[in-house]
Amino acid sequence: MSRLNANNELLAKEVIARYPIKKSALIPLLHLVQEQNGYVTSEGMTHLAELLDITSAEVLGTCSFYEMFKLEPVGRYVINVCGTMSCQLLGADELIHHAEERLGIKVGATTDDGLFTLEKAECQAACTEAPCLQVNYRHEYRVTHGDFDALVDRLVADSKKNGSAVIPPHGTLSETRQHIPAGRAVGAVAPDEVDGAPVWLPVDEPEETA
Amino acid sequence: MTLGGVEIERAAGFVANDTPRIVTSRFGVDDSHTLVGYLATGGYEGIRAALKKRPDEVHSQITEATVLGRGGAGFPAGVKWGFMPKDVWPRYLVVNGDESEPGTYKDRLLMELDPHQLIEGCLIASYAVGLSQCFLYVRGEMAVAQERIATALNEAYEAGYVGRNILGTDFSLDIVLHWGAGAYVVGEETALIESLEGNRGMPRLKPPYFPAAIGLYGKPTIVNNVETLANLPWIATNGAEAYRAIGTESSPGTRMVAVSGHVKRPGVYEIINGTTTFRQLLFDDEYCGGMREGRTLKAFVPGGGSAPWFLPDQLDLPFEASQVGPAGSMLGSGAIMVMDDTTDIPKAAHSLTRFYAHESCGKCVPCREGGTWLERILGRIVDGHGTTRDLEMLIEVGETICPGDFPHAASERLGLEAQRFPYQMTTICFVGPSAFAPAHSALTLFPEEFRDRVREVSDDDPVATGVGAVPVELKGVGAQ
Amino acid sequence: MTPPNDTEASPTVSITINGAAVEANPGELLIDAAERHGVYIPRFCYHPRMNPVGMCRMCLVDVDTGRGPGLQPSCMISVSEGMTVDTESERTQRAQEGILELLLVNHPLDCPVCDKGGECPLQDQTVAYGPGESRFVEEKRHYEKPIPISDLVYLDRERCILCDRCTRFASEVAGDPLIHFIDRGNETQVNTFPDEPFSSYFSGNTVQICPVGALTAEPYRFKARPWDLAENESTAVVDSTGARVVLQSSRDELVRVLGVDSDAVNWSWLSDKERFTYEANRSEDRLTDPLVRSESGEFATARWSDAAAFAAEAFAVEPDRIGVIGGARLPVEGQFMWSSLLTGLGVNDVDPQIGDGLDLDLVRSLPRATIADAAAPGGVVVLLCGDLKEELPTLYLRLRHAAVEDGAALIELSARATGLARYAKAKLHPLPGSIDDVAGALAAGTLNEAVGGVDPADLAKVAELLGSGRPVTVVVGRTNLAEDAGLITRAAAALHELVPTAKFLPALRRGNINGAIETGLARGRSTTEILRDAAAGEIETLVLLGADPLADHPDRALVSSAFDMVENLVAVDTFKTASSARADVILPAATFGEVDGSFVNLERRISPLRAKVTAPGQGRADWMIAAELAVALDQDIDVASLDDVRAQLSAAVPAFADVDWNNMDRGGDGPLLGSSGATGPSLAEIAAATSVAVPAVDGYGLRLVVDRKLWDLGTMVQQSPSLAHLAADATLSLAPADFDALGVDQGSTVTLSGPGGETAELNVSASRDLPRGVAHIPFRASGFDVGTFLSASTAVVDVRVNAG
Repeated sequence: MSRLNANNELLAKEVIARYPIKKSALIPLLHLVQEQNGYVTSEGMTHLAELLDITSAEVLGTCSFYEMFKLEPVGRYVINVCGTMSCQLLGADELIHHAEERLGIKVGATTDDGLFTLEKAECQAACTEAPCLQVNYRHEYRVTHGDFDALVDRLVADSKKNGSAVIPPHGTLSETRQHIPAGRAVGAVAPDEVDGAPVWLPVDEPEETA
Repeated sequence: MTLGGVEIERAAGFVANDTPRIVTSRFGVDDSHTLVGYLATGGYEGIRAALKKRPDEVHSQITEATVLGRGGAGFPAGVKWGFMPKDVWPRYLVVNGDESEPGTYKDRLLMELDPHQLIEGCLIASYAVGLSQCFLYVRGEMAVAQERIATALNEAYEAGYVGRNILGTDFSLDIVLHWGAGAYVVGEETALIESLEGNRGMPRLKPPYFPAAIGLYGKPTIVNNVETLANLPWIATNGAEAYRAIGTESSPGTRMVAVSGHVKRPGVYEIINGTTTFRQLLFDDEYCGGMREGRTLKAFVPGGGSAPWFLPDQLDLPFEASQVGPAGSMLGSGAIMVMDDTTDIPKAAHSLTRFYAHESCGKCVPCREGGTWLERILGRIVDGHGTTRDLEMLIEVGETICPGDFPHAASERLGLEAQRFPYQMTTICFVGPSAFAPAHSALTLFPEEFRDRVREVSDDDPVATGVGAVPVELKGVGAQ
Repeated sequence: MTPPNDTEASPTVSITINGAAVEANPGELLIDAAERHGVYIPRFCYHPRMNPVGMCRMCLVDVDTGRGPGLQPSCMISVSEGMTVDTESERTQRAQEGILELLLVNHPLDCPVCDKGGECPLQDQTVAYGPGESRFVEEKRHYEKPIPISDLVYLDRERCILCDRCTRFASEVAGDPLIHFIDRGNETQVNTFPDEPFSSYFSGNTVQICPVGALTAEPYRFKARPWDLAENESTAVVDSTGARVVLQSSRDELVRVLGVDSDAVNWSWLSDKERFTYEANRSEDRLTDPLVRSESGEFATARWSDAAAFAAEAFAVEPDRIGVIGGARLPVEGQFMWSSLLTGLGVNDVDPQIGDGLDLDLVRSLPRATIADAAAPGGVVVLLCGDLKEELPTLYLRLRHAAVEDGAALIELSARATGLARYAKAKLHPLPGSIDDVAGALAAGTLNEAVGGVDPADLAKVAELLGSGRPVTVVVGRTNLAEDAGLITRAAAALHELVPTAKFLPALRRGNINGAIETGLARGRSTTEILRDAAAGEIETLVLLGADPLADHPDRALVSSAFDMVENLVAVDTFKTASSARADVILPAATFGEVDGSFVNLERRISPLRAKVTAPGQGRADWMIAAELAVALDQDIDVASLDDVRAQLSAAVPAFADVDWNNMDRGGDGPLLGSSGATGPSLAEIAAATSVAVPAVDGYGLRLVVDRKLWDLGTMVQQSPSLAHLAADATLSLAPADFDALGVDQGSTVTLSGPGGETAELNVSASRDLPRGVAHIPFRASGFDVGTFLSASTAVVDVRVNAG
């Protein structure tokens, strides 16, 4: 199933409704396609084009701009080792070499068992915890070579636990989704259909413009 | 306890005891990220106080407090809000949580450890200037921050802090959690808006210089950094005077600074703005406690990977833009990367130039082509295949991105005067110049490390560039 | 970008460019202001008809606005009072050199084999402003060499400098974002989605605006080099928009057509039909000699004088037993000569429409709008017409721009959602047969009840827009060929009654139809009436002036029986068509690009047609053919040259009295014709005389909607080798909601039954463009001739659809 399944299509429509203009939902929905399939499928992109009333080329144009979207299948765990300055100063290059040896693959490749894809990444906003890496975009800090080996062992074991795995397979980011209760939602309005200031602004009060 | 690896026990040193804590006050507090934890520590008092005032009074309060933007440009938030044209509706708030500047690590902590504080900041800003919908854009690679904010928003909606008729008033606001997918340039505010519109995150043309006039969907839009907004609940509760009592006249309040690299205690510190010096931050025991054992400071990047580098000569400068600029660099996003005497300077510079070349959106030719070219030249030098001609080319290619004199620090050792910040640029945004900045700093401040690495060639050497200059052949050119 | 409107008197802005004080228009971009004053600033991404994007940075110049000089991209900044600009400073020159060096970093140096070589902005600017040598020794970007991104366009990504012109055009101008930037940064490329080609009707424009040789058009690839080309400015004749073009030839063969930036008409854009149908000129099927049917029934080539004499015999019947169909292909001069010839013979029945147009009394009586009126910022445009994207694509671009960029409000009043629907403020899609009732309800202000299936809320929305006081233009044409044209007459009259200040733009699509109307080649019985009378034996001689009614008239059966009955069939044509193949004599005409002449577009704007190549064989200009026949018929027509024809036309027809024939397009666009001075019936009289009996909706049936596609089985498309295969398939489309009711499946084959018991098997697909209760089939599409289901004698056509 590489288009969105029925549940995810419903979810997609809920997300789309939050935006004044539908296309704004594109990146969150590409994540949804990736969450469902592990990567962004061609059929998934076409499906999003239909839902958002844009062309597939526009979907691909946006999708291919962002590094997290994978257009080919990747491992269950994508390991991104940071190589930017702070991590580089504290041994990122050596950590990447170690990771390549431990996993038996070069950067950019996926292990034969489909468990790991190794990538060299750029700054992950954890510079004080260098060298760092992410597994499916969850951080590991101050990673020694021993830490890395233990992490791999843990993930291998974890992958065998169905449902109770600590780190979900590649594609899933937050496992909690935002939900706006119908009774509490203000609702998105198309920008051209808004006329006038919000009700809480006093009508006659001159606005302070500093 | 630990949170995703951050040792919260360190909180005492994390923020000095004698330092006022405005945005990090809940760091280290159990359940700081939950609604219960937040309410137990004065949460949502700021919006309650704000709702008792007229919106324009709240706006004045924030303007008077002078909250300098914490995303990098340092522009005061209240003034920025005032740039919105009158009588053009709707107006939007976009929260810039796309923290990705090398060395920067603060917004993620604020989102993971105190998401309600950020939400409250969004409420105050929106109430003050009539922003009718808020989009909270979190960097794609921050799964935990997304999780915490989604949970916090769900709690806040249920409890009546967000959504329709907030706290029983006629103030209503939807806050939509949005997240990116991996592109540094989206941190630039117009690129952020493009991305939020579902497009490639390519910066928009300037003018207009601020999206306040023409932003999301072409409507007036305020883009504020996470840390900027996180300051608002404290100001709304304690007042602008209390805020201005901290720091200096031109840089009031506190700011979060991440210090990484070769120091004893790398970490994120909330420091007093304007007065704290780099020396205090790097060497005082309440902060980083000095260099790693037995090492000395060689250089540091004072304001995120884009900033020209400083030497030990500049340690006594305070966190004050009006002093750092003339000294040749910028404060940027509050990120210091420290290099000790073991550092391979060309290699360190290469790691940053590579970052910016890789993160070019591809829009402006100087950045798209020039950034990659710089990265290749620098890579060649690091690998030992460079020539003296490459050193000249590094500067010449850089000058196509940044014409004229590029800022740099003074060096007593080299007898070098400072060249003040900022620079001129031929690109729309700062990604292109940022690819040049580390290369320029490294080459200017540590020329010997490059000269030792490259092969000497003379200008008229036919194979000066290693492979030989390729003349541009234009056979078949017509009469025109 | 809409260029600054200089019709309003507004104060100017004083700036200094390279030391000279000049006046610029407020809000004008610096790059434009400089160019207007003779200072060309080099650029790649900037295009005056598109929004600036500031990608290439080639147009950086030294600008001082009081804070000291610095480099600024001149395509992004507007002029401001006191601005000082130096486009030749050392800083500017260094920047230009630097940018060019960077552009060449990844650009292959294959100029000798590149189609663009010799007319390439990158090449030219490198010579003028470049560094002279490249120091880039690294590996360049590599891609598969030219890939077809559509049937007509190839893309060489290695040559591409990523200026965003083609992609911006596709998205911003055409509204077909099927090509896009893909990937990021240094890896950025232009491409389509896999297996979804750039099938835009406007794709050729991307080739024209590409500043390097990255995009090439299939019909022109490797055909010629720029220094071999000769060129002439002319006007496109494939539809009535009258887009201005440049014709380029090499060795007496048309090899390329480019759009000219006519401010009034096409803003430099062309549809691919306007751009590429020049191929038909040299089609192997082109008629080269007069053909006369021999005793054996076969065509034989003949000398002109013999063929003319043979044709003349056909005119030797009572004038009211002669009917003439066609004439919209002819230049104005040919039309006038034919009109004069017919007048001399006493023939009073000629119709340039082929049963698919409007009541010409209506067209004459409506106050005429210009394209600029219709596309004016802030206006209201009623689209009482077919799908302009299919029928008049260049007009579509102007109206799309008006809606997207200039705040014009579009209202669709048509049988189905058209290509402009996504930009429309309101959409009314009444059931066939009720469009006049909907317009009538608007005029009467009875907005409370549904009419023709149209929701009252939508009616009210339209009434509000029409009553808003904003200027109203109605584009009027046939929205459905299966529906009586009288309904449009009544609807147009109702709109005129509702908004008396409204102006009308007739969307009659045939090339020079407006020239035919103005020159008098449109009078008496209509084509349908002529055919009916012919079928009844009352017409002896039928003359086809570039008309192919057997394929083009909606009522297939009627034309067949008319052809069977007439004694003499005379054709003047460029091709042997379904109709001309039935003629007794065919006289070969010279056409577009082969003759000098004039063209009147749908605004009544006259512009020149210019010859660039010679006609093949013995093809002659239409005015000469008419003159030849006049001689054969002993008519007193004294013309020896085109100038003679024009002089007579100016003298005879008031609308042409003031035309300065040799300077029509000097200074840009041709002029609007003067008043015709003609008096005809009033609009109210015309409407009152038009009655249409529409049967009640049959509960089991669907009402047929038939309209045109740009790519069809029409002669010009089919005779152009690069285009012929693009003809649309005859798919039956239904509203999604009708599928369940009918019990048919999407994509299945269904049986269509017509009112006369005729049946056809067709593939069915769902279309959100349709209201419920209708069945849509394109006219002249490939695989099925829907003309066999149409009848000129019924107001609407009801059909049934059955599974299997």
